[in-house]
Amino acid sequence: MIAWDPNMELMPEAELKRMQFKLLKTLVYRLYSFSNFYHDRMVAHGVHPDDINRLEDVVKLPYMVKSDLRDNYPDKIFTAEPEELVRYHVSSGTTGKPTVVGYTKNDLDNWTESLARALTSCGVGRGDVVQVAYGYGLFTGGLGLHYGAERIGASVVPASVGNTERQLELILDLRVTAICCTPSYLMHIGETAKKMGISIKDDTRLKTAILGAEPWSDQMRDRIEEEMGIKAYNIYGTSELSGPMFTECTEQDGFHMWSDLALVEIIDRDTGQPVPDGEQGEMVVTILQKEALPIIRYRTGDITSIDHSLCACGRTHPRIARLAGRVDDMLIIRGINVFPSQVEHTLLSIPEVSGHFMIEVNRVGALDNMLVKVELNPEAFSDKINDILDIRRKVGHTLKNMLNVSVDVEISEPGSLPRFEGKAKRVIDRRVL
Amino acid sequence: MDTTQYTIKQISVFSENKPGRLAAIAGALQAEKINILAFSIAEANGFGVVRALVDKPEAAYEKLNAMGFMVSFTDVIAVKMRDVPGGLFEMASILSEAEINIEYSYAYSGREAAVLILRVDRVDAAVEQILARGGTLLSADEFS
Repeated sequence: MIAWDPNMELMPEAELKRMQFKLLKTLVYRLYSFSNFYHDRMVAHGVHPDDINRLEDVVKLPYMVKSDLRDNYPDKIFTAEPEELVRYHVSSGTTGKPTVVGYTKNDLDNWTESLARALTSCGVGRGDVVQVAYGYGLFTGGLGLHYGAERIGASVVPASVGNTERQLELILDLRVTAICCTPSYLMHIGETAKKMGISIKDDTRLKTAILGAEPWSDQMRDRIEEEMGIKAYNIYGTSELSGPMFTECTEQDGFHMWSDLALVEIIDRDTGQPVPDGEQGEMVVTILQKEALPIIRYRTGDITSIDHSLCACGRTHPRIARLAGRVDDMLIIRGINVFPSQVEHTLLSIPEVSGHFMIEVNRVGALDNMLVKVELNPEAFSDKINDILDIRRKVGHTLKNMLNVSVDVEISEPGSLPRFEGKAKRVIDRRVL
Repeated sequence: MDTTQYTIKQISVFSENKPGRLAAIAGALQAEKINILAFSIAEANGFGVVRALVDKPEAAYEKLNAMGFMVSFTDVIAVKMRDVPGGLFEMASILSEAEINIEYSYAYSGREAAVLILRVDRVDAAVEQILARGGTLLSADEFS
C-alpha cells in the first residue's frame, strides 16, 4: 500500500482522536471569539467553548444547515479578511440565492492535500495521465481534482465537461490512464466510444475512474468495470465542505474521511442522537481546519453509515458507506444539485406560468434528462403558437440560469397538474441506477 | 370605414397534445348544439391550439371555459376565393402589396365558394384593401 502521507494516514486511532479534539477545541474557541455567526449561535444554544472537554462533546454544539449559507449570502459567515481569500466557488442554493464558498490559501492547501491522499489511495500517482472531466469554474469538481492530481505529480488533462468525441480523442492520444467525472458521463463516453468503433478496454490505457457528484450504485460500478476494464472509485464531497475530498481506497469499501480535516457524525435524523457504526443516519460534518468559511456540524442531508474499524488497506481513518439517499428532496441532475424549491421559486418569477409544476427525471441513454411541466396562465394564452413557444423558451432559459442545468419544459393546461394538500410530491424520478 | 361587420370572432383553445382532448372540445360543443363552421389545429411539440369558427362563439367560450379550457377570442376575417387556379394568389397579392402580414390562415369549402380565414396583423387595413380591390368578405352575421 502506498500512502501520500503515511504518518497521517496510518496514525493509530487513539492519536487521531486526540488530534481531532485539539483541533475542535481550537476551532470552537476561535469561532466563539471571532465569528459573529457562531458566537451568536453558541450563546443561543447555551454552549460555551469551556463545555467542550472531550471529542464527544461536539454534540453540544449547534448544527449548521444549508439555508444558513443562503441567509448569510454572500459572505457574512466568512471569518477570514477579504484580502486573505484566494478563491471563490459558487453552488446553487435551495431557492433564489446561491451558496458562496470562499477559500484562504490554507483552505485550498488542505482541500488539495485531502485529494492528494485520496487519489493516491486509488492507486493514482506520478506517471498517470489524469483527465479531469468535471466542470471547471464555479463548480468545485474540476479545479479541485485538477490541483489534487497535480500535487501527486500526475499529468493533468483539464478537459472539463462536454464534447465527448474530443474527450475520447484526448484519452487515446494523450494515453490517459485515469478519468474523473460523473458516473453517468463515463457511461456516456463509453457509449460514444462504441459508436466510434473504439473499445475503452482494448484501445485505451484507461485503468482508473474517480466517479461522483451524483448517486450511483454497485451494479453500475460492476457494469462500468466489466465493460471498460477499469477500476471505478467513488468520490465524495460538497462545496460547503470545500468540494470533493474523500474517495474509496483500492479496497473499494467506503470513503476514508480524513480525521485531521473532517469530524464525522452519523445521527438519527429525527432524534439527533448518534447512531452506532454500521447503522444508517444523516451525516453531519465538522471541517476542523477551515479558515474562510468555517463549518461546524453541517447537516449534509446525505444518508450513510460509518465504520471505524481498521481498513484492510491499513488506513485508520474511518470510512463512510456509499450514500444511501437524501433526507430532503434534493435531486442531482448530471452532477448538479437541484432542489424543487429552486424550481418553484423560479417559476413564481415568471408571470406567464403558474406556481404549479411537476418534475420528471429520466435517464436517456446514459444521461439525465429533467422535464419541468408548468401550467400556462390563462392571461398569457395566445392563439399564436409562436407566442406559447416563446413562453416555453423563456421558462427554459430562466430555469437554466437558476439551476445551472438545462431542462426540457412542457406547457400544460391550467389546472391539469396535480394539487397537493399535504407535502407536495412534485418529483417523479424514473432513473434506474 | 366600419370594419366590425367583417370581423369574425374565432375561438382559440389551448390543448395538450394527447388523446381525447379534441374529442372533449368537440363533444362539449355538440352538447351545447354549437355548430363548427371552420376549424384548424396548429400543433407544436407537446401542445396545440385549436381554432374554430362556430355559430355561437359566446356560448362556446362559456362552455369551454367552464370546463377548464384556456379559450380566447381572436378577430379574423373570411374572404371568398374564386375556386379556380390563382384564387389564393389574388388574395395573397392584395395583402402583400399593402404590406399586411398573415399570422396564420386556413381554408374551408363554403356553401357557395372556397373561403379563406385569415388572422392578420392589421385587420382594418386588410378589410379595406380587400374590399377596395373588389374582393368579397363574409360578414360576421353569415356565421351565426
